[in-house]
Amino acid sequence: MKNKKNPHEADLRGTLISVLTVGILIAVMWFAVYAMYVAL
Amino acid sequence: MILHSERGPLAGRRTSSAVAATASASERKLALWNIGFAYTAFLIGTLCGLIQVFMRNEMIELPAWLDYYQVLTVHGVTLALVYTTFFIYAFLITGMSRSLGSFGPKVARWSWIGFFVAAAGTVWATIEILSGRASVLYTFYAPLKASGWFYVSLALLIIGTWIISFALIAHYVKWRKANPGVLSPLFAFMTISTLAMWIIACLGVVAAVVFMYIPWAFGWVDTINVELSRTLFWFFGHPLVYFWLLPAYMAWYLVVPKLLGTKVFSDSLARLSFLLFILFSIPVGLHHQLTEPGVADFWKFLQVTLTFMVVIPTLMTAFSLFATFEISGRQKGAKGLFGWVGKLPWNDIRFTSLFISMVFFIPGGAGGIINTSFQLNELVHNTLWVVGHFHITVGTPVAMTFMGISFWLIPYLTGRTLTKTTKNLAFVQIISWSVGMLFMSTAQHVLGLLGAPRRTQHSNYSDHPTVLGWFDGFFSNTSTLALGGIILFFSAMLLMVIVFRLWLIEPRSEKGDLYAEFPIAESDASATPRWLENWWIWIGIAVALILLAYTFPITHMIQDAPPGSKGFINW
Amino acid sequence: MHLHKFEKIWLIFGIAMLAVFLGIVGVQAFTQGQTPAGGMKKIDPEKVDVTAPFDDPGVHQIDDDTYEVVIKAMAYGYEPSEIKVPAGKEIIFKVTSKDVIHSFTIPNTKVNMMVVPGQINEKRYTFNEPGTFLILCNEYCGTGHHFMHTEIEVVEE
Repeated sequence: MKNKKNPHEADLRGTLISVLTVGILIAVMWFAVYAMYVAL
Repeated sequence: MILHSERGPLAGRRTSSAVAATASASERKLALWNIGFAYTAFLIGTLCGLIQVFMRNEMIELPAWLDYYQVLTVHGVTLALVYTTFFIYAFLITGMSRSLGSFGPKVARWSWIGFFVAAAGTVWATIEILSGRASVLYTFYAPLKASGWFYVSLALLIIGTWIISFALIAHYVKWRKANPGVLSPLFAFMTISTLAMWIIACLGVVAAVVFMYIPWAFGWVDTINVELSRTLFWFFGHPLVYFWLLPAYMAWYLVVPKLLGTKVFSDSLARLSFLLFILFSIPVGLHHQLTEPGVADFWKFLQVTLTFMVVIPTLMTAFSLFATFEISGRQKGAKGLFGWVGKLPWNDIRFTSLFISMVFFIPGGAGGIINTSFQLNELVHNTLWVVGHFHITVGTPVAMTFMGISFWLIPYLTGRTLTKTTKNLAFVQIISWSVGMLFMSTAQHVLGLLGAPRRTQHSNYSDHPTVLGWFDGFFSNTSTLALGGIILFFSAMLLMVIVFRLWLIEPRSEKGDLYAEFPIAESDASATPRWLENWWIWIGIAVALILLAYTFPITHMIQDAPPGSKGFINW
Repeated sequence: MHLHKFEKIWLIFGIAMLAVFLGIVGVQAFTQGQTPAGGMKKIDPEKVDVTAPFDDPGVHQIDDDTYEVVIKAMAYGYEPSEIKVPAGKEIIFKVTSKDVIHSFTIPNTKVNMMVVPGQINEKRYTFNEPGTFLILCNEYCGTGHHFMHTEIEVVEE
């Protein structure tokens, strides 16, 4: 496997999509609570 | 009594793969004592959790000699402080012995002394709490005044952990001297990072306990500086949560890739993330004090900013973990964007338990960012939201990782194996914990947003309409919280059965038994810069950041202090 | 130390996200005065009853649009226990404690203040709608902690 030699060249498209999804989840939670705060 | 390893430390240069195959008999015994102590605390603590659930729903009444807040104090102390701390030392002791070689006689002796000092402090503190002399919760905020001996017992607990920490550091220093110019194995590096942070963090609480609480509680001085005592507590209180979290991260960085049959994704980034935790986990305590007077907005906001910095190493960790999953899956022939998900070893409880821990940490971490977002803290501060938050940070990502570690660490230490029956039990345990926690923590988060207070026995507040909203709906319902709590207690008891089986009942392991091994992945340190292991640089920057964040607020609290408070015993 | 290209993208995204969060709360806090409760005034916790403004607790009108509400917290209650303020006016809450740490918390509002002996905590808040709001203590203060509450009545101007 060529990926085994150097993980930095590895195919990490799934990883990128996964972490970005996590990031968006965090942002959604944050803005939801922020909206609640502003509405008070 | 102490067996010396035949094997020398790692000879090869600049690599950090595991060395000695097993920990010696002395370390095994020490680690098992720590685990035994941890799970005894776990049993008591989860029982207290169940009692709280019943009390909050007015299903039971306690006998006259025991009240809700004693039960709550014991729950917090046994689970958040005792279970975590003793389990962590069991894990670190075993891993340090495995990766750097057996302990010498001095290291072994001092580790035992540290264990007994910490254990004595813990037992003593529990006696003080249960006898009604210390219903001050585990944050022991002044001017509620416990007996002086309660604070002495806490000091003993901390001193005990320092003794073990310095013993482990001595073991590391000896290895470094025997291996000049070589980066230490990643497990050892992470252990030392965690311990360095812990030792610095404890300075705050030790200063408060020794110089403020003890003289005051014994009556040598009349009053205490309340705001200063709180600030010193939180100097310690926030890195405390990273002291719980970092050993879980160690398992995620080192155990997970081994279980997946691959290497650590990036040795240098793993080390860098731990160093960033040393830097940014301490000068952030004021984010627990955002809604209180006595600290200027500027300093609160500065520490909020530093708290945001401590998110970055976790972002790095998230990437490393997903990359580890994807690389291992692709090595096993996975195709497409997400083919690797199917290649993960879902039927291996050691992996699945850790994976679920990580999933819980996503909302856990997001909630943490919300908590520290300056004025947003007003919405959630001291509400049930916060209780929900730490049940999906320390209560699941950390605790479930420790459960997942237990499934192989106890067999590794007792020389037994994990049979299929126990493995199935372990799956039921992990899944029931997840389900229970999902119900309980979601309800806690929602109720917190509706203003329900934390640390409070059931109260209808004169039937105010606001309170009715806490019993209405599905997740906005105290009964859902209770349902989750009951499922969690079932899971906790199942875990006790599993621990008991792994310790005493399971058959002896045979050679080559995967479940009786300590899985540590290889980590290629050939491209890792050596300055990452120059501790004085990192500790120096950490101290500078602490001075920047705390010098002015603390000086102000001392020089411009209001008259102090005498003690109150409101129980 | 080599970073995978995707890791760079992720870290830039993540750090930018954090910067946005911090920017939003920072700007809102310091340009619109939306800082959390706080204050640098101190007081002798033994002499709360004879120290201004706590020698005269209650609601005071400061000008046409501003009212001051001075509250003393103690185990397990607040003084005064009856508070009536107008909707649509800025209320400045000033609280301190005569004994241990409490909180002065009004669920469903931005008022969630730690009450620390020796310190005076302040928070500005405007009620938009009239109604009867619950006030409770959400910091453990002793065995009667869960009984510590009162109400604030917000009336039409």
